[in-house]
Amino acid sequence: MERIPILKLGDILIVTIQIDLEDQSVLALQEDLSDMVVSTGAHGVIIDITAVDIVDSFIGRVLATIAGVARMLDAQTVVVGMRPAVAITLVELGLSLGGVRTALNLEKGIALLDHVWDPAR
Amino acid sequence: MTTSNSAAQQRIEGLLGTSEAQVLQRWRQMAETPEDELRELYAALRAALSDPQGDFSDVRGLLAEFSRARARQGLTPSETSRAVFSLKEAVYEVVEATGDIETLGAYIWFARLVDDLGLYTFEIYSAAREKIIRDQAEQLLELSTPVVKLWDGIIGVPLIGTLDSARTQVVMEKLLQMLVDTGSEHAVIDITGVPAVDTQVAQHLLKTVAAARLMGAECSISGISPQIANTIVTLGIEFGDIVTKATLADALAHALRRSGVEVTAARSARISVRAERS
Repeated sequence: MERIPILKLGDILIVTIQIDLEDQSVLALQEDLSDMVVSTGAHGVIIDITAVDIVDSFIGRVLATIAGVARMLDAQTVVVGMRPAVAITLVELGLSLGGVRTALNLEKGIALLDHVWDPAR
Repeated sequence: MTTSNSAAQQRIEGLLGTSEAQVLQRWRQMAETPEDELRELYAALRAALSDPQGDFSDVRGLLAEFSRARARQGLTPSETSRAVFSLKEAVYEVVEATGDIETLGAYIWFARLVDDLGLYTFEIYSAAREKIIRDQAEQLLELSTPVVKLWDGIIGVPLIGTLDSARTQVVMEKLLQMLVDTGSEHAVIDITGVPAVDTQVAQHLLKTVAAARLMGAECSISGISPQIANTIVTLGIEFGDIVTKATLADALAHALRRSGVEVTAARSARISVRAERS
């Protein structure tokens, strides 16, 4: 099983998924991310799925769970770079990723996090 | 059966060979078709008949071309197939002249062959027609779903005509692709040109908005006429927190506000009238 690397940029954690997602890898990512959020005290998590072709209902649900866990730890989660085909599939599956913020690309995702975080400072 | 067929084939081939000029002339008179086309067909037919395997693909190829050309000229398929069928009559005259009962038997086999070929032209004709219709439907689909850029970061989709699943699918894909390509965060779906909204159309619209949201873009719906608003409420369709506006202008203003653009009216032009000093 491949582990997905997590990068730290300031107080944001960035995860770029560039492999075909397996259920095990996603579950491992969920654990690693919650550990990292606690250990770094990050306020934002960006999951970049630009390179992901297939998102099934399980992965969709885990993404929502990751967002929920991160929120409990006072970090906002943004999923960025979702492809049109993936978005259509998720909608057809009836998944709306409730509670997960989305942005078109990494840049806009970071801007969104700054915007959300700013007032609290 | 096969032996008698091949015998009939040989007999007809011989007959077509010996009285070629006569048959061709008679055929041309009845078919009202340029002679060189008929001559070409005739030659192909003879070649196919002289082949013991009975390979008629050359003849069919020629007939397909013939049928397509005539379809383009606006001739009816009946006229085309009648031109082929008239070969039977031309050959029959020759057969009658021989007065031979076995040749007559072979002629019956030949008549069936010509019938098949005539029907084949009909098939080609309808296939060509269907292709034209399919192409046009596709063109219409392309034509009727433009995605336009309204402002930096704002795109618009003016929908015109009745929405069905296929069209909505195309609109959805085009809109989402355009969001990615232009990096736009706002999209406006304008349904001014949609005559009626039923539960299915509303469902499609909601799905499009949900997909755009998943990608990180805001989508609003504009151009809702009073009747459509009434229908939607009567049907009990929940648009939830989706922004709906009456006109495209309102939706654009909303999108501009959301993206932090402020539009102010230019200073009103002052009109000053001054008397010319004498």
